[in-house]
Amino acid sequence: MEKSGAEIFVESLIRENVKVLFGIPGGVVLPIFDKLYDAPIKFVLTRHEQGAAHMADGYARATGKAGVCVATSGPGAANLTTGLANAHMDSIPLVAFTGQVATHLIGNDAFQETDATGITRPITKHNFLVKEVKDFARIIREAFYIARTGRPGPVLVDIPVDIQRASCEFIWPEKVEIRSYKPVYQGHPKQIERAAEAIANSERPVFYVGGGVVAAGAYEELQRIAEKADIPVTTTLMAIGAFPTDHRLSIGMLGMHGTYQANHAMQNADLIIAVGARFDDRCTGKLAAFAPKTKNIIHIDVDPTSISKTVTANIPVVGDAKSILAELLKIIKPKKHTLWLTQIKEWEEKHPLDYPQDDKLYPQYVVEKICEITKGEAIVTTEVGQNQMWAAQFYKPKKPRHFLSSGGLGTMGYGFPAAIGAKIACPNEIVIDIAGDGSFQMNIQELATAVINKVNVIVAILNNSHLGMVSQWQRLFYKRRYSAVQLYTQPCKPFTCPVPDFVKVAEAYGAVGLRVFKKEEVLPALKKALKVKNKPVVIDFVVEPEANVFPMVPAGAALDEIITSLA
Amino acid sequence: MMRRTISVLVENKPGVLARISNLFSARGFNIDSLAVGETEDTTVSRMTIVVRGDERILEQVEKQLNKLIDVIKVSEYSQVEHLERDLALVKVKADKSNRSEILQIVDIFRAKIVDVSPNSVIIEITGDEDKIQALLNMLRPFGIKEMVRTGIVAMARGSK
Repeated sequence: MEKSGAEIFVESLIRENVKVLFGIPGGVVLPIFDKLYDAPIKFVLTRHEQGAAHMADGYARATGKAGVCVATSGPGAANLTTGLANAHMDSIPLVAFTGQVATHLIGNDAFQETDATGITRPITKHNFLVKEVKDFARIIREAFYIARTGRPGPVLVDIPVDIQRASCEFIWPEKVEIRSYKPVYQGHPKQIERAAEAIANSERPVFYVGGGVVAAGAYEELQRIAEKADIPVTTTLMAIGAFPTDHRLSIGMLGMHGTYQANHAMQNADLIIAVGARFDDRCTGKLAAFAPKTKNIIHIDVDPTSISKTVTANIPVVGDAKSILAELLKIIKPKKHTLWLTQIKEWEEKHPLDYPQDDKLYPQYVVEKICEITKGEAIVTTEVGQNQMWAAQFYKPKKPRHFLSSGGLGTMGYGFPAAIGAKIACPNEIVIDIAGDGSFQMNIQELATAVINKVNVIVAILNNSHLGMVSQWQRLFYKRRYSAVQLYTQPCKPFTCPVPDFVKVAEAYGAVGLRVFKKEEVLPALKKALKVKNKPVVIDFVVEPEANVFPMVPAGAALDEIITSLA
Repeated sequence: MMRRTISVLVENKPGVLARISNLFSARGFNIDSLAVGETEDTTVSRMTIVVRGDERILEQVEKQLNKLIDVIKVSEYSQVEHLERDLALVKVKADKSNRSEILQIVDIFRAKIVDVSPNSVIIEITGDEDKIQALLNMLRPFGIKEMVRTGIVAMARGSK
């Protein structure tokens, strides 16, 4: 049957089982939007394309399905780029569709023309410019396939407006066959044997697991191996929740703001088993001094480029983490590492995660209470900076896909739209964005999207009136010369003349706004927020402005040169 | 620093060259030369890339190339018996007094004079890197006015 490009778009998305689209229309996507008018796909109109991309990202992280967003050409496509780069760094399956000026105008600097495939090439897993309508269905099929398989990632499809109007026979490819793209899933049996041998010979092993474990859904296998061979587990920011945070073998997050015990475990381990992690600089600290006592490094990853990129792995295993860990589980022998685990416990007791216990309202306290009242069962998203690290340290999710954070790119403004996407994907879950006052303002306009679509998310602003992480660095390393970090009118004191008044902003949008100054107000405010239905709630927690994120491994220092308080 | 010749089979589609050159610039890899052309299969192009770096960089170059969706196959020739050829056109200052001396050199290298003017000649030479370098060394004293090279192409010996 003949279909127009716009009809092919809708039909293909239905076949890909797409339920929700996030985006904004514009001149050169009108044919598609006309077909979306009565299509059985929910369309969420956002207020900025960056918001749309992050919502699709939050949707994808919460479910494991590909998130989908749509934008027009030129500024629409350009506004998507931060969201695409963010998904690319964190390996999140996303498919972005952009309109493009008519084929005959491409290259002529037409109105709202930008080279969308050109500008997104380094920040997508792959991208396509549709040149003929007969290729369109196949390209959509391939785009979803590429986004989901192997190491997942964002894929952009750029569609000139004349292609949306042109028609052809609709043929849906039953199978995807790309001769140049064959991800490896099965780990090499010899390598898995070598890994088992290294585990058998190790006295101080540690699992270092990253987002790849979440992407592969390898949680069960990971837990069973850890228990069978008695191996402590540290997770990256991307993998928080991939291993139960209350498990006796869980030693918390590693890296710059990781736990004392996790960083010391890495530095003293004789074996590191990296699974779906990429030895990024925030995790390794100073490379030359990283993990000096290791005899073996096992690195399991679906992406060969991650292996031996920064840290050489002598036992690389390329493939899917789930199937490799399942194979490994079969051949490893039960072991006990009592001495090693006791040592790690001692490190933990020496410097547990803590903060001052006085009457002031500390941001860490707010996160602890959020964890307490939701029992760690809520989906938490974070913005970026201090709020993100406090959330990572003090929110202990019970399950995977319940801690969504911008890891690689560190995108301020991510958390709120991601929370909207996650809530739309999982309407029965409580979704809370742990935010900073700086980050929240980067996509605050999406309050409109949340209100209009009746999206019940809670934004918990840890409001310190500063770009907190930058001011922490200035406090620690730049002699308290606070340069361009104050988010209030000077010379006022912080909080005396706040810009903006978040409660009023929330109310202006039709959301609920609450403000908290004191410790004892925290739980009541959270309880009140959790009772609200069908609309977003913004809680402005006015916290101690000079609170710091500790522990901290200063940039360029080794993991065991960790500082635990202001010297 | 090592020098390695890498052969990359890619889909013959627009944008593929940009993907490859983007990869090299974004990751800070250095390209010595790059030659592109169709293969016996018109849907496939072959890029021959000469790259420099230490072992870790060269390993990353190969892996990153393989990761690009449009790359069909990456092979490198350091462990393989193979031929390498580069073609250079060299414009050299030449007049009556030294033209015959230049001709002699060109003969020894089995190169060709492809253009003559009162003040210059253009020499065409095909060969591997060493041969072309050797000729250039001999020509330099006469004054090289201009040079253009195609970049190295390579092929494994034998039936494989």
